[in-house]
Amino acid sequence: MTNSAKHRLTRREVLGGAGAMTAAAVISQRAAADDMPGVTATEIKIGQTMPYSGNASAYGAIGRTELALFKMINDQGGINGRKLNLISVDDGYLPPRTVEQTRRLVEQEGVAFMFNTLGTPTNTAIHKYLNMKKVPQLFVATGADKWGDYKHYPWTMGWQPSYRIEAQIYAKYILQNLPGAKVGILYQNDDFGKDYVNGMKDIFGDRFDKLVVKAVSYESTDPTIDSQIVTLQSSGANVFVNITIPKFGAQAIRKVYDLGWRPTHFITNVSASVGAVIKPAGVEKAVGIISGVYLKDNTDPAWANDPGMNEWRAFMSKYMPGADLNDVNHVFGYGCGLTLVQVLKQCGNDLSRANIMRQAANLHDLDVKILLPGIKVNTSPTNYHPIRQLQLAKWNGKTWERFGEILSATAT
Amino acid sequence: MITKPGLLAQTARIPERNAIVWRGAIVFKLIGLAAAIAATFVFSGYHLFQLTMVIIYAIAILGLNIVTGYSGQISLGHGAFYAIGAYVSAILMTQYNLPYWATLPAAALVCAIVGFAIGLPALRLGGLYLALTTFALAITLPQILKYRAFEDWTGGVQGIVLAKPDAPFGLPLSADQWLYLFSLAVGVVAFVLARNLLAGRIGRAMRAVRDHPIAAEAMGVHLALLKTKTFAVSALFTGVAGALGAIAVQYVAPDSFSVFLSIVLFVGLVVGGVASVAGAVFGAAFVVYMPNVAEKISKAAPDAIYGIILIAILFFAPSGVAGALARIAERVRGKDRFKDGIPLQGGTR
Repeated sequence: MTNSAKHRLTRREVLGGAGAMTAAAVISQRAAADDMPGVTATEIKIGQTMPYSGNASAYGAIGRTELALFKMINDQGGINGRKLNLISVDDGYLPPRTVEQTRRLVEQEGVAFMFNTLGTPTNTAIHKYLNMKKVPQLFVATGADKWGDYKHYPWTMGWQPSYRIEAQIYAKYILQNLPGAKVGILYQNDDFGKDYVNGMKDIFGDRFDKLVVKAVSYESTDPTIDSQIVTLQSSGANVFVNITIPKFGAQAIRKVYDLGWRPTHFITNVSASVGAVIKPAGVEKAVGIISGVYLKDNTDPAWANDPGMNEWRAFMSKYMPGADLNDVNHVFGYGCGLTLVQVLKQCGNDLSRANIMRQAANLHDLDVKILLPGIKVNTSPTNYHPIRQLQLAKWNGKTWERFGEILSATAT
Repeated sequence: MITKPGLLAQTARIPERNAIVWRGAIVFKLIGLAAAIAATFVFSGYHLFQLTMVIIYAIAILGLNIVTGYSGQISLGHGAFYAIGAYVSAILMTQYNLPYWATLPAAALVCAIVGFAIGLPALRLGGLYLALTTFALAITLPQILKYRAFEDWTGGVQGIVLAKPDAPFGLPLSADQWLYLFSLAVGVVAFVLARNLLAGRIGRAMRAVRDHPIAAEAMGVHLALLKTKTFAVSALFTGVAGALGAIAVQYVAPDSFSVFLSIVLFVGLVVGGVASVAGAVFGAAFVVYMPNVAEKISKAAPDAIYGIILIAILFFAPSGVAGALARIAERVRGKDRFKDGIPLQGGTR
């Protein structure tokens, strides 16, 4: 897509052509095959674990979308003549099973790399293993910040804006636009929640304790968070940062409204889904809530005639007939899949694990069409956070109305 | 294989045949052990990892079997002991730099103590109350593991990542091979100990408590104490399994030990065969391999497939795999020695 990528390709083709003319061609090809596990002249084998069963099985839609997307790519001739063979297996969101399944994919199936494996604990369980084996763990489907640690884990890369980046953006906005803010934070007591709190701390710095009048947590297994909301309201906070997963996001919106509390209310991108959060909470109760978004919302009529979303809809109707078009996971999986397609295109015929990782860290202003206008995918050997931009949006009762510029933050 | 509980009563009646069966069983076991050792050099890393997990779950299910199968007390919370064992091992390895093998006795001890402490009040209630108390334990534990005060030890929600042990003494074995052999050795010791315990006086007392508590008490068995001790021993076995599991998976996190783990162990127990030492192995194999089979059949609804397979097994082999095998073995031998109502080793109690 960029000049440098194109240039690289031609140079490699030239080299390949020259190589073919020499008598050593056969030997060099064999050597290349040895260096490219999971890759043949006609196929690239890719591994993935997904929670098709268990508590988190709703996310299985991501894996199914990617399977369908790669089928479409294969129908169009594959990439450089190679078909994508995604082996997507169930881990039930249980780390020990993720380890087992990943080892099967790497050692038995001999996949070239792992792609978009879902979940924070599950990916943590295979983080070290894959890096030790030097198997790329590409575009993991989790927003934890640690997937951008290129120094210690050079074979692992995230995709979506990390929770920490998102929180930094909210914190910046609060500092710049809400003088006299007294911040109340509700967060889930796990990696997910703590990444956000850390992001706020990155920006607030020494003033964190002064700005944040109350921070309360909940467990993902709690039945309700009503008492936490009451605590926050009575703390006198006038800014509410709502770091919850969808079920609790909806509860919080309803409770805040019912209590007659009217803070400036930020909700995580995770819980910005119209279908899963806003509608269950009540569209009128959510008016005024602010969130950071990076994907085009498939439930938002604003994108009804958007060319990028039309492509997505055409893909969905042909390759995933009957699937729920309101499910954001289909958009997410489509975006991750398209990013991978670009990486593999850039690899040309050198599909060694080292080069796959090199190209994954060599994306420049990639326009994935389901991302908001202006948000681009960028990576480099020292930036393993492909998407680090967001735009703020306010719920106006009907749709998320985006406002202000595309904001970016620097993860620490 | 046929030398288990129900047979004890038979010993006096048919001593000579029993001796033959006994010898046959020894040979059978030795062949099995040889095959298990040979597997080290036949299978690749991934398959060895799976077999290691089978051994680990077998030990865990064996522990559950002692309390549920033999002693008749239902525990829905043995995943908690598995988790405690795993965390004890992980914390000792990372915080105190203990070698991995040295963490097993520690995990055993801690779990036995916790098991005793929990059994003390719970088992006096018995029956369904124990089921609920243990279930509560399994629900509570993941959150305790996340609790801030313990975070320095437990790593909180992030869990603890462990290093994989290499083969000692410069043995020419890969880490997977070594871990498999190590687990196998621990497993053999655990099974021999369990068998000796269950075949002896204490085992008889346990079954007496299960089958007729009042009669057992009349015979001089201290009900509450025996039940509590049984529970502690049971927790000990499952805790050792948890410690091994942590070493094999190289990662512990609260999410690995949800309440579902306890249910899975219970499923393994019933599928393998209640009150059968060998059944634990079959149950463990089911627990490890069946989810993969279910997923191969349908990616859309693996849970449903798993459920259907489970119901089918309970329908066709109500006394578990071990019970079904024992019945087949008897039929092959052509003598239905269990006709007179003495329960099979996979008996349905």
